[in-house]
Amino acid sequence: MTQNTATIASDAFVLDPADRAAILEERAHYPYPQAASIEALKIVQKRHGYVPDGAIPAIAATLGIRVADVEGVATFYSLIFRQPVGRHVILICDSSSCFLTDYEQLRDALIDHLGIQMGQTTADGRFTLLPVCCLGACDRGPTLLIGEDLHGPVTPEALPALLEAYA
Amino acid sequence: MSRILQPASERRAETHPLTWRLHDDASPVLFAEYRDTGGYAAVTKALEQHTYESLTTEVKGANLRGRGGAGFSAGMKWSLTAKGDDVPRGYIVCNADEMEPGTFKDRLLMEQQPHLLIEGMILAGYANRSKQGYIFLRGEYHRAAASILRALDDARADGWLGSDVRGSGWDFDIALHTGAGRYICGEETALINSLEGKRANPRAKPPFPGQSGAWGLPTVVNNVETLCNVPGIVNHGADWFQALSGERSSDGGTKLYGASGKVLRPGLWELPMGTTGRELFELAGGMRDGLTLKSWLPGGGSTGFLLPEHLDLALDFDTIGKTGSRLGTGLITVVADDQSMVSLTRNLEEFFARESCGWCTPCRDGLPWSVKLLRALEAGTGEPGDIELLEQMARDLGPGKTFCAHAPGAAMPLSSAIHYFRDEFERGITRPRGEAHADPIPVGSI
Repeated sequence: MTQNTATIASDAFVLDPADRAAILEERAHYPYPQAASIEALKIVQKRHGYVPDGAIPAIAATLGIRVADVEGVATFYSLIFRQPVGRHVILICDSSSCFLTDYEQLRDALIDHLGIQMGQTTADGRFTLLPVCCLGACDRGPTLLIGEDLHGPVTPEALPALLEAYA
Repeated sequence: MSRILQPASERRAETHPLTWRLHDDASPVLFAEYRDTGGYAAVTKALEQHTYESLTTEVKGANLRGRGGAGFSAGMKWSLTAKGDDVPRGYIVCNADEMEPGTFKDRLLMEQQPHLLIEGMILAGYANRSKQGYIFLRGEYHRAAASILRALDDARADGWLGSDVRGSGWDFDIALHTGAGRYICGEETALINSLEGKRANPRAKPPFPGQSGAWGLPTVVNNVETLCNVPGIVNHGADWFQALSGERSSDGGTKLYGASGKVLRPGLWELPMGTTGRELFELAGGMRDGLTLKSWLPGGGSTGFLLPEHLDLALDFDTIGKTGSRLGTGLITVVADDQSMVSLTRNLEEFFARESCGWCTPCRDGLPWSVKLLRALEAGTGEPGDIELLEQMARDLGPGKTFCAHAPGAAMPLSSAIHYFRDEFERGITRPRGEAHADPIPVGSI
């Protein structure tokens, strides 16, 4: 416990004023402030690429809720990243329809091309590769979400050119 | 971008209430076009002609069954929602957390016609005397989020949302709430917890959300497609809605049906409720690459596998329910004859194991165990008793053993795959009993 507190205290984090304002704006959509905690984490993540440990107490203080409640959601949701990720996060759908339309070949091609395993980030900090459940584009499997862009169907042959577009 | 595969020339307001306005190029139907083509007329009609009770009765009479997959009557759900004069006003929540494997219908409705959803939510809010609506949208649907936000602004600017909706004296607004991953958020009570900014664990029922939901207030949770059906019902009446499906089904209305997997033309079609699997399969052009149909899921990863012989059944809740499977979302996933059922079942159970929220023991511990057994069978290193153990686990994951339907959903493809394709599982058994599974499951392997 002491160690954790020390870690948070040493992790100098200042909530950007614009992010603070955005969090308070989200807070206004709900009867209770805790409801804005997930959106607050996403606001911080949008700026930093991930949610640094120091952001947790900063968000809690901004919303006037407990640190543990923010930490609780920050460790539950799969799209809240608690360590740095690449500039572009590749979410590859591994659900059944993509599985049936050769997801495994696409996954293996990505792993080969990027030289990383699932869950890892390239050494140049460009890409992070993560699995995601059904992207809701099953008529176009296999699918990828790169940043906010949905792609599909993606063939292993088309991958290099597709990834070139993400500097 | 996903498209409706029926051209606009074949879609009409009377027969395709969900999709008749959609453009062939998949561009969104914006506010002016929506309003100029009769949009929001149902809200005007409801405010002028309906009480909240008569509106609920109308929807109940239409037999609009929940399009999120459970098939519960929306009007029944509304009629069970607390909304008397002595009850505080609550919430209408749209479940737009579409993550069911094989399901891609709500995304299309939200990206291309957000106003139909908003109109449906206003009507649901009116019928349930809600003070506020929330659209709970999964975080990965960026285009849908942009489309909805613009539509909410446009509707608000024209007086359809906000204080004193169109001079009715009723205050109602809608906010967009976006998620941050996790399939379990689509479960009704987990969704409410997530909306409140908590971990998405399910809640015990009762109390049902209609009595005590978001922040302890009466809350109605309806799926996107369900809500999109409401304007048509209000405009044309419950009898018209029932007649859309005619003799095909006792379930009213049309359905966004779809097909994915190795079919020639994967996609979406708006068809009468009760359309058969074969009609849908043929619209999708049958199998591609000279493949043959081996099996299919009627409506998502949490429904049970069926066989080619089931294709002539009507795709409605009761008919598919009688096979032991479920209609689910009504978007079929097609499995070709060259596909190992053991591998596919392993893929599905990996999904359910990863997406378990960990709240209930059978789900949290049973699903990774099933994955371990399935991986062994897939690798040809299973041992005698594995299949019986999987069958026992499917029973232990069944209804009533856990807080929510995640585990029963996971059990459906597992038990049905073994039921119909037991020989494939048996081929994975090669080692003597007691040898195969000594190793623990590696941490983080799911």
